[in-house]
Amino acid sequence: MDRWVGFVEVFAQVSCELCAPKPTRPSDGVLFINVELSPMACPSFESGRMSELGVEINRLLERCLKESRCVDMESLCIISGEKVWQVRTDIHVLNHDGNIIDCASIAAITALTHFRRPDVTVDGSNVIVHPVEEKDPIPLSVHHMPICVSFSFYEQGKFLLVDPSDKEEKVMDGKMVIGMNKHREICTLQVTGQMLLLKDQVLRCSNIAVVKVAETTDLIHKALDNDRQARAKGEKFGYTDSVAMDTITTNEMEPEEVDMDEVEETVAASLQSIRESMTDKGVGCIGEGGASTWELEEKELKEEQGHKVVGQRSKTTPQPEVVVLDSDSEEEDVVIMEGDQLLTQPRSQVYNTKKASSTESANLAQVQTKTKPKKRKGKP
Amino acid sequence: MEIPRSSGFQLRHMMCEFGQLSRPDGDVTVFQGDTSVTTAVYGPGEVRMNKEILNKATVETVFKPKSGLPGCAEKMFERTLRNTCETFLLAALHPRSSISIIVQEIQDSGSFLSCCVNSCCLALLDASVAMKFLVAAVTCAIDSEECIILDPTVKQEKDSCAVLTFVFENKDDSILAVYTTGSYTVQQFQQCSQTCGEASKAVFDFYRTSIEKKLSKAT
Repeated sequence: MDRWVGFVEVFAQVSCELCAPKPTRPSDGVLFINVELSPMACPSFESGRMSELGVEINRLLERCLKESRCVDMESLCIISGEKVWQVRTDIHVLNHDGNIIDCASIAAITALTHFRRPDVTVDGSNVIVHPVEEKDPIPLSVHHMPICVSFSFYEQGKFLLVDPSDKEEKVMDGKMVIGMNKHREICTLQVTGQMLLLKDQVLRCSNIAVVKVAETTDLIHKALDNDRQARAKGEKFGYTDSVAMDTITTNEMEPEEVDMDEVEETVAASLQSIRESMTDKGVGCIGEGGASTWELEEKELKEEQGHKVVGQRSKTTPQPEVVVLDSDSEEEDVVIMEGDQLLTQPRSQVYNTKKASSTESANLAQVQTKTKPKKRKGKP
Repeated sequence: MEIPRSSGFQLRHMMCEFGQLSRPDGDVTVFQGDTSVTTAVYGPGEVRMNKEILNKATVETVFKPKSGLPGCAEKMFERTLRNTCETFLLAALHPRSSISIIVQEIQDSGSFLSCCVNSCCLALLDASVAMKFLVAAVTCAIDSEECIILDPTVKQEKDSCAVLTFVFENKDDSILAVYTTGSYTVQQFQQCSQTCGEASKAVFDFYRTSIEKKLSKAT
């Protein structure tokens, strides 16, 4: 993982997975490069769809990194023709201020150099991938570091600018990108735009590129060394450590302890209030549930001809009495659940009605008690 | 590298940095322990015709995972964030405009959702978008011994039987949103919500000091 700061900000992440190699190159690993122009960089970038600029940058980087053979692909092979590592480099552009290509190429090669893949052992046709805790991960073998340097030209090549900004890119006539490593080897060279370049111009640019590449490579090595030393010493490292804390735009908070004594009390209080509100008169049935007894009562009433149903029910149910049915009134039966009774008796008892057959004439009606596992769930 | 914590009832080290990016109207990088998220806000600004809403602003969220292309889970996460943000944004103040929030994952070492919500709130604050109130999210996990761990790391999240994220607002200190996975009892839920509620006060304090520091003149 790496990030490059400037006015342009790019964030590169390398990840790897096992996959089958390409049939044309059975003993080579796969290097995949994906440049994401996030809408964070500029509102006109859309997520998900590759714009023309995105495709251009992606292709140029692919050519720069893959075709210069800077990463040894054969060392990524595990079983020839069956299993190789696929190394995926995701480059997220976070802030667009011109010259994304240079920034992305620096981030990509730094991330690839920094990346360590998990160790594997091959046992016959079995491949064992060791987790990082078990065996030390292995870095990729990077032969050299190609870095892109862009030049923009104005007025038919009369004026030349290194590292153009966003606004400068908008008015330029053309652009030349030179991909070069510190051994002065040109890996890519691309000229775009409507202009003609003199031979001298190209030579002059490549000379500038040599200086810039040497500087940048030194910077990358320094950053990687710092990280290695910090890891070896067990100090803090990574992105968190890269934030300068002495500016007014940053702020930090030491680990905060939460006072738990108050919490315990309020939990008990709020649970109590929920329980009370659930067992209030009139709302008792909300918390407790149970099947509807409406139809049952009608049928029982017909059968009993106005006799008290309560008496009969107590025979069939051995549990304490909680349901009082007032059958004197023919119109409506009221179920009253007493609050204190509900609290003392187990909550598990739920009255369940069972009809023998709904189509039969109403002569069979049973009341059953059914025990359910004690379980209450619900949000206050 | 994780710094060991003295107890489970502790929020990890929190940090934030404003103004790293030059293009967006507001941006912040929030660190909670090793979890870090960069959020940028554009808006209220021009809206695409097909997304225009006549009486309020369109709130868009984009979530960018660190590696790989966004799939179903990421879209779901995006939606979760959008729903949360829509509840506290005063979108009706800006009809026919867009407020877009872009969240970039930098590192996920646990309590990722709460870090994202917090960074969204700070980025919106930085962009001066009108809000009903501030929000703070706190994640807690219930481990196999039924202990509550505040602000869990990835490993703790994996080993736990439930992970609960609460979003609180600072007007009435009430719960705005709850996202949970796993199973828990009512008692545990109450305990978690109270614990996170206490912890959210620290997060609100952090917001205040961050903004105060940003608007101050000296370092």
